[in-house]
Amino acid sequence: MSTNTGNLPATRPLFEGSEWDFETLERAYKAIEDIALNDLKLDVYPNQIEIIASEQMLDAYSSHGMPLMYQHWSFGKLFAREATLYQKGYTALAYEIVINSSPCISYLMEENTMTMQALVTAHAAFGHNHFFKNNYLFRQWTNAEAILDYLAFSKQYIARCEEKYGAAAVEQVIDSAHALMDQGVFRYRRPPRPSRVAMEKQRQARLRYDEESFSELWRTLPESQAIRQPDDEEEDPAFEGGASLLKLPEENILYFLEKHSPTLRPWQREILRIVRNLSQYFYPQKQTKVMNEGCATFVHHYILSTLFEKGLITEGSMLEFLHSHTSVVFQPGFDDPRYGGINPYALGFAMMADIRRISENPTAEDRDWFPDFAGKGDWRDVLKNAWANYRDESFILQFLSPKVMRDFRMFAVHDEAESPNYEVSAIHSEGGYQRVRARLASMYELGQLEPNIQVTQADLDGDRTLSLVHYRHRGVPLAEATRDLVVAHVERLWGYGVELDEVDE
Amino acid sequence: MALNEQAMPTIIDRRLNPKGKSLTNRQRFIRRARAQIREAVQKSLKDATVTDFAKDQKIRIPTKSTKEPRFRLSHSGGEREWVVPGNKEFVPGDQIQKPRQGQGGQRGKEASDSGEMEDDFEFTLSQDELLDIFFEDLELPNLVKTSLKELKTHSWSRAGFTTAGSPTNINLVRTMRNSFGRRIAMRRPKASEIEALEGEVAALRERPYSEGRDDKIAVLTAEIERLEKKRKWVPFLDPVDVRFNAFQQVPKPTTQAVMFCLMDVSGSMGEREKDLAKRFFMLLHLFLKRRYERLDVVFIRHTHEAQEVDEQTFFYSRQSGGTVVSTALDEMLTIVKDRYSTADWNIYVAQASDGYTQSGDAQRCVELLNTAVMPRCQYYAYIEILDEREMEVFSSEESGAELWRAYRTVAKGWANFATTRISKPADIFPVFRELFARDREAAQA
Repeated sequence: MSTNTGNLPATRPLFEGSEWDFETLERAYKAIEDIALNDLKLDVYPNQIEIIASEQMLDAYSSHGMPLMYQHWSFGKLFAREATLYQKGYTALAYEIVINSSPCISYLMEENTMTMQALVTAHAAFGHNHFFKNNYLFRQWTNAEAILDYLAFSKQYIARCEEKYGAAAVEQVIDSAHALMDQGVFRYRRPPRPSRVAMEKQRQARLRYDEESFSELWRTLPESQAIRQPDDEEEDPAFEGGASLLKLPEENILYFLEKHSPTLRPWQREILRIVRNLSQYFYPQKQTKVMNEGCATFVHHYILSTLFEKGLITEGSMLEFLHSHTSVVFQPGFDDPRYGGINPYALGFAMMADIRRISENPTAEDRDWFPDFAGKGDWRDVLKNAWANYRDESFILQFLSPKVMRDFRMFAVHDEAESPNYEVSAIHSEGGYQRVRARLASMYELGQLEPNIQVTQADLDGDRTLSLVHYRHRGVPLAEATRDLVVAHVERLWGYGVELDEVDE
Repeated sequence: MALNEQAMPTIIDRRLNPKGKSLTNRQRFIRRARAQIREAVQKSLKDATVTDFAKDQKIRIPTKSTKEPRFRLSHSGGEREWVVPGNKEFVPGDQIQKPRQGQGGQRGKEASDSGEMEDDFEFTLSQDELLDIFFEDLELPNLVKTSLKELKTHSWSRAGFTTAGSPTNINLVRTMRNSFGRRIAMRRPKASEIEALEGEVAALRERPYSEGRDDKIAVLTAEIERLEKKRKWVPFLDPVDVRFNAFQQVPKPTTQAVMFCLMDVSGSMGEREKDLAKRFFMLLHLFLKRRYERLDVVFIRHTHEAQEVDEQTFFYSRQSGGTVVSTALDEMLTIVKDRYSTADWNIYVAQASDGYTQSGDAQRCVELLNTAVMPRCQYYAYIEILDEREMEVFSSEESGAELWRAYRTVAKGWANFATTRISKPADIFPVFRELFARDREAAQA
């Protein structure tokens, strides 16, 4: 492997033409790895790269990119939709899917050209991989080593439930749990959990023991506290203890229902648990779209450019790469028919490229705005620090530069329900930078994107009505169309009446 | 150098892994949306051409039964501020007119992004899924069963041994084995034992008289008598020993079928009529194809004489002449005799005509049907293609042209004979469903 020699300039390109084979893939991987680890000094999980066909890509789409997933009709719906869009040519398939797991699994489509395979390897196997491994949200909230095991467990568990209690009954629970998925995460505190796999095993063992040692005789004994087993390893307060012991208010509705619903049976609680665990697993990804894609895009751009400088890829490949790169980071204006919101790839990449520019060639304005790193030349460290310690909202608040705002020609629009007009409140100008930046950052704050709904009361001594409250942020109410439908799902899980109030924060 | 010693990347070729991981999810989804999909299928088929029909179909269904509601923030009300790119002319303080009722513009886009505005859901049904839904309530089981009895497509297979049966089926080995065992168990005296005793008696008799000789003879004779009596109780072959080979009738599934398409191609059948007939034939073909491993199709066209032709000629070439329907039946019977023995083939016949035939021929048709055709075939569907004006005239089942009236008499005698009338493409499917409804009696009632 001549490319392993590192700094020596290679004389021959890694590949020519668009065909790929496994040997070339491996050679390219080595060259990319060399730059990623030795130049960018990335820190990644071991990589596992899987070549799949387009149909398999669609399969992966419809299970949220996960290699294993329990069965539910909604994934079939997703699949049907994606397949139709793809067949009609409305959407192209993503070039890659990458899973936050250890080893980090990246899917490469067999239809990709060799250039695209190199791009995807750099993008997913190093860019995303580094981000998954280092960003504080992922480190705190997800467990990359355990996710595949957990998915395997949940798939099996739900299949067993279907055998035992019927597919229809299981489907109902999953339907309801899915409706509350967004309300099934801990936003501020880490959920209390010992090692998950061990806990599941324990729970399984206990269930099995209960079944095996079931005896008619025991049922004749009067029920007492001593015989009742604690519901969970977290030493749940008993129901009879009243609402004060339920630790209200609770933002994680699924968690609350799992622990305290008076009507759910153990297997139904377990399903709620599975759904909310998955929701929690995806939660960091929701908060870091711009950063995650920006990081991966920046990394692939840097690596492929470096490969080209070293003469490791041909000019033809470079042009192909630039073509697909620019279409990935394309940002249409608000009045363009193609506009669909701010492109996270475009914003992330622009901000990160700008950090490098500021670090290497700052202007006076940059020195003013970013005295910490302007002109210091240590952009690798600045970026790695940003990737590790920020999420979209804080990243934008900290690093969005006036130049990027000007390049995107950003402006802020203010809307009040009573006013017949929108008002342009700030633009990319001297007086407006701060406000535009703050507003843009707040658009990435999930607390504002998603309704803040909490369980405030459960009338366990009375008619067992469950009270939910939506705290309206700046007076924005819940959408009427889905509100009552979701409340019906909460009622199904709670088993008694549910009230949902909306109050201003 | 440490970095270079890292493990080789794991590159795995998954292309050969089983595809269609989502298949069960897809089936669940289809089951869930079944009612709406069925509606959509029927709507889309009304206008589809026959050749299209067998292909994958795009289906639009309302999202009612497959909604996945989530709590969402409303897109109106409250105070909000957001940032958009692409400013060209705005300066701070500019006022922009809000779009009416939150429709169009930016808002519409936001709404569709969050998935709330989806009214319809479009996806593609594969041919198999489509046909499953299409033929959901259509079945042939009763018809198949009765005709199996008539057609005697049973075979005999061995089914162990029984204690009753006809003498020709006696299983000697089994019988003798039972007999042998019984004889041992019951201690049946052997012939040789008796012979030995008799020999002893004879020997004693020949001996000169001595004391006790006669006593001894008496004892021996009594023993012999006892043994012989015992041999009578325990016979060599007892009815309980007898075993017969047992046989069982196993219905032999007939997995092949032939479909005869008979059509009048005389001048009175125009393009429109032929097209309608073709659709019906295609539908029947698709339907049978799902039931039988092998399906042959025979096209017989007739004017005043009948001939077997290929599909292209059948539908698209013209022939002039009179109309004698019975010639087609004759031709069909000949072909059945030559190529499709009723023991091996399920025979389906579909006849399309405008209802006119030479006077007197209808009677001959009825005769042929009753004596030769109906006993041989699984199902006979006669469709009469009328124009819409005629349809109104012949609104009653009883009235009709000569052939129609004649066929009505046949229908009374045979459960597997059906007659019906169509005048436009939209009629075909309901009629088809009616003909093949799972419980025809119920459907007609």
